[in-house]
Amino acid sequence: MYDGGKIIAGLIVFLGIVGFPFWYNAGSAGYKTPELKLPPKSKATECIEATEWMRAEHMQLLNTWRDSVVREGNLEYTTASGSHVEMSLQKSCMDCHDSKKDFCDKCHTAAAVEPYCWDCHIAPKEEK
Amino acid sequence: MNALYSLFAVFALVVIALVGAGAAGMEQLFGLYIPWLAIAVFLVGFVAKVIGWAKSPVPFRIPTTAGQMKSHDWIRHDKYDNPATAGQTFVRMALEVLLFRSLFRNLTAQRFGSAQDGVDVKIRYASAKWLWLFALIFHYSFLVVFIRHWRLFLDPVPSALLALEYADTFLQIGAPALYMSGAALALGVSLLLLRRFVVPQVRYISQPADYFPLFLILGVALSGILMRYWAKTDIMAVKEVTMALFSLNPAVHIEGIGVVFFVHVFLVSCLIAYLPFSKLMHMGGVFLSPTRNLPNDSRARYHRNPWNDPNVKAHSYAAYEDEFREKMIEAGLPVEKTLEEAAKTEAQ
Repeated sequence: MYDGGKIIAGLIVFLGIVGFPFWYNAGSAGYKTPELKLPPKSKATECIEATEWMRAEHMQLLNTWRDSVVREGNLEYTTASGSHVEMSLQKSCMDCHDSKKDFCDKCHTAAAVEPYCWDCHIAPKEEK
Repeated sequence: MNALYSLFAVFALVVIALVGAGAAGMEQLFGLYIPWLAIAVFLVGFVAKVIGWAKSPVPFRIPTTAGQMKSHDWIRHDKYDNPATAGQTFVRMALEVLLFRSLFRNLTAQRFGSAQDGVDVKIRYASAKWLWLFALIFHYSFLVVFIRHWRLFLDPVPSALLALEYADTFLQIGAPALYMSGAALALGVSLLLLRRFVVPQVRYISQPADYFPLFLILGVALSGILMRYWAKTDIMAVKEVTMALFSLNPAVHIEGIGVVFFVHVFLVSCLIAYLPFSKLMHMGGVFLSPTRNLPNDSRARYHRNPWNDPNVKAHSYAAYEDEFREKMIEAGLPVEKTLEEAAKTEAQ
């Protein structure tokens, strides 16, 4: 090989970079999705839409709510089961999911998402 | 036609993933085993390719010289276009790798003047920066997209990635927030594709091997964009799969993930497995180009030909002809001396 030292060094740097997720995770225990703190059954038994749908679409829903409330003055949302709730993050969502830390942040932190809800909204006080 | 073949090849890959992971329910295969195989092919193929290049001798300095060579003190030396030292070569390489300097020099031939104006038609060369611009948009957005994906490969997510997320979603358009890099990648690859369609000279020399990677990358980008903004899927279920992928843990059970994820992953697997055997290998090749990575010091330093081994004896043409004269004449090859002349010389 010609210039072997330099080329091997370059290859090691390359493998170090592209293989980084492998080295970073090496030896760590199997990854599990964080456990969420769900509201007690006495409070509510179901969310306003199906769980699967909420997992994928909740951010879109909140965006639609914001536009509906702020731009159209429409505050009423008809849920999947036919009842009505007020379109409000703090009054509806956080009424049941009362902890930002134990509910919202769990997945958002794991997926490195930082929604800008809290630029305007005030998160409920966490129980110490 | 070349473009159509490539487009159909990418469609075929999409269909394979749709049928395999969607209809046939082979989520484990498409979510874990094919990506692992692709990563292995990529790493081994990449290293083997580079080692193969490293074994090719480059006995002489063959840099492309794009400026004044180092000469007398009173002649201005163009340091980074005709580097004389290792340091200058390093700067030249860094400019090439990071800023695509050779594309910045891209020229276009223009015709100007016309017989109607009473002027002769002439050709002139003008600067054409658009290729350089498209390449910059494409490569840098692809880099950001690549690194950004590590939020699904690492846990806990390093803070540098959080900063990158913040910068990439800075415009706060929609929810989930629009990634600027994703839009720029789709734009960049489309522009590079349009270049091959629109410029006649480039279209003439474009092969399926040129179109296929572009369509494949476009497919990867569009399936990713589709998955994030429209056909959404549970990202935490996806992270369980990607974490299993990068901690080599086949035990994870895959369920509840939309088929668009498997299309995306299958296209990426094809892309990285194809990379070491395709033109995309310029990723490693740019560092090993002897026309870029050598200083032009042919005259300043003595370069010894490694093949000039003293054990290798010279064999002149005259001696060669002496050895094979009869056979050459038999085969009807021209000779300098006929058999008689040779006999006469030998007799003297």
